[in-house]
Amino acid sequence: MNNGVNNGDIIQIRDLRKTYRVGKVDVPALRGVDLDVEKGHLLSIIGPSGSGKSTLFHIIGGLTPPTSGKVVVGGKDLSAMTDAERTRMRKRTVGFVFQKFNLLPNLTARDNIAVARYIGGTDARPEPEFEEVLRLLGIRERLDHKPNALSGGEQQRVAIARAIVNHPAILLADEPTGNLDTENSKAVLEVLRDLNRRLGQTILMITHNPEAAAYGDSTVHMRDGRITERT
Amino acid sequence: MRSLLSILLIGVPVTLILCLVGLSHGFIEDSQKRARGIGADILMRPKTSSFLSLNGAPIPQQLVAYIAKQPHVKMATGVFSVAAEGITLGATGINYHEFAQMSGGFRFLSGGPFQKPDDVIFDDYYANQTQSHVGDTITLLNSKWHVCGIMESGKLSHIVLPIDTLQERTGNQGNVNQIYIRVDDPANTQAAIRSLKDNPGLEGYPIFSMEEFTSLLNVNNIPALAGFIAVVMGIGVVIGFAVVCLSMYMAVLQRTREIGILKSLGASKSFILGIILSEAFFLGLGGTILGIVMSYGAAALIHALKPASLPMIIVYEWWPITGAITVAGALLGALYPGLTAAAHDPIEALSYE
Repeated sequence: MNNGVNNGDIIQIRDLRKTYRVGKVDVPALRGVDLDVEKGHLLSIIGPSGSGKSTLFHIIGGLTPPTSGKVVVGGKDLSAMTDAERTRMRKRTVGFVFQKFNLLPNLTARDNIAVARYIGGTDARPEPEFEEVLRLLGIRERLDHKPNALSGGEQQRVAIARAIVNHPAILLADEPTGNLDTENSKAVLEVLRDLNRRLGQTILMITHNPEAAAYGDSTVHMRDGRITERT
Repeated sequence: MRSLLSILLIGVPVTLILCLVGLSHGFIEDSQKRARGIGADILMRPKTSSFLSLNGAPIPQQLVAYIAKQPHVKMATGVFSVAAEGITLGATGINYHEFAQMSGGFRFLSGGPFQKPDDVIFDDYYANQTQSHVGDTITLLNSKWHVCGIMESGKLSHIVLPIDTLQERTGNQGNVNQIYIRVDDPANTQAAIRSLKDNPGLEGYPIFSMEEFTSLLNVNNIPALAGFIAVVMGIGVVIGFAVVCLSMYMAVLQRTREIGILKSLGASKSFILGIILSEAFFLGLGGTILGIVMSYGAAALIHALKPASLPMIIVYEWWPITGAITVAGALLGALYPGLTAAAHDPIEALSYE
């Protein structure tokens, strides 16, 4: 944890709190989180269920607003943003990778990637340099298949390609290996590390698995809505 | 499957609208065609009749000979028309010799003119509809008739009878209910009409040029038809609205997770709404196209079963009208599901199973 301000930090979070209202009961999910992440860092976030790591992801990704505190992502203060501004931010600033892959089932892998480009407001065809990323991900030959014709590992690599096709400042991976066997988990984790090393992609990865967390440059431990340790 | 079913359900009211319009226009066009085929220049009808009905006291048959002697009138013939099958099919009694002289005669496909008082001539549409042939004895207007000829359709009526027999069997001896008049020169038609209208003996009789009479035969001049079509169109809009609303609501429920995915990629509310409305537009368009295709099927079926009683035509200018109405109904129906989808919370949508 770092309370100072560093211009190299792509994420700066101060006293972040998030409380959900469930019926008539307030449920605190984050109870004062401070976190800085440098640009080009691969950060693992580990913690038990209910520790608030997914909520932290959703706030950093602009899917939900914070209840209080300051969240600056890529120089933009999310706490002051409207719903529409957070939607615009999701187009280009962050990319998501989910545990369940979340590919659009009726589209081919290529079209799943193209949809992200289209929503991002760019030409549906990725730049020629993106071919290198597809080669790195090992899915160049699988782009014309629909998700149901792809293995779990391939689907997750397509999801990674979709997440980074608009060159987001941050890639948020929520349990990216949670639905994969050991071999595919290793392949996906190596791809994430390669993207981080070769392209300088900032990555935040949630995981339950300490072995997966070990792929990160550093690891943040969360419990009960707080960061308890950073190693 | 859901989309195909929606298109089918949207297509049905489209077909109904097009059939209704096709039938009403078909009746009018058929009447116009048969009126033009008579070869007359002027038509005189009973005093209290309208251009659509022959209600009111009939015209004394002696007036036919009187009119034939008026200025510019070359010849006149009286006919007596009755409803043969409800309101959709009429039969007309004629003086065969006079009518043939005026119209140039019927073109017979089989058989020929009346030979006996109880002879009847059918046109090919009615003969096909009733599977009748020359030599058959049929029951019409509660009495027996003998089919003596099948003529080509397009002159006067689908069923033609000897006027004397028809008058006798309907208790209308000495009466006609329309007098067709031919003038010496078509250029004198208006002069002849003025002369007839100014004649004190013909006071109160509606007298039209045939051109004027056929122009009056249009859908807009038929009382309540426009309103009836509007009601059917309204029903079509409501059905289209309800079908699309249900269909798209189901689609939104089924695709909640996909909506969450799109939102996580940065799709705005208007983008999500646009997707739903686009699908509704294509459902409406598909329903319109299917409805048009089915209207051809309905027209073929009607033509095969009731070519004379229900002369349906395809009215192309109603395609865009029906399409616009259907698509508008579909878009309205998609609005609520679309707004619901647009308002989905992305986190809840992504966790939807």
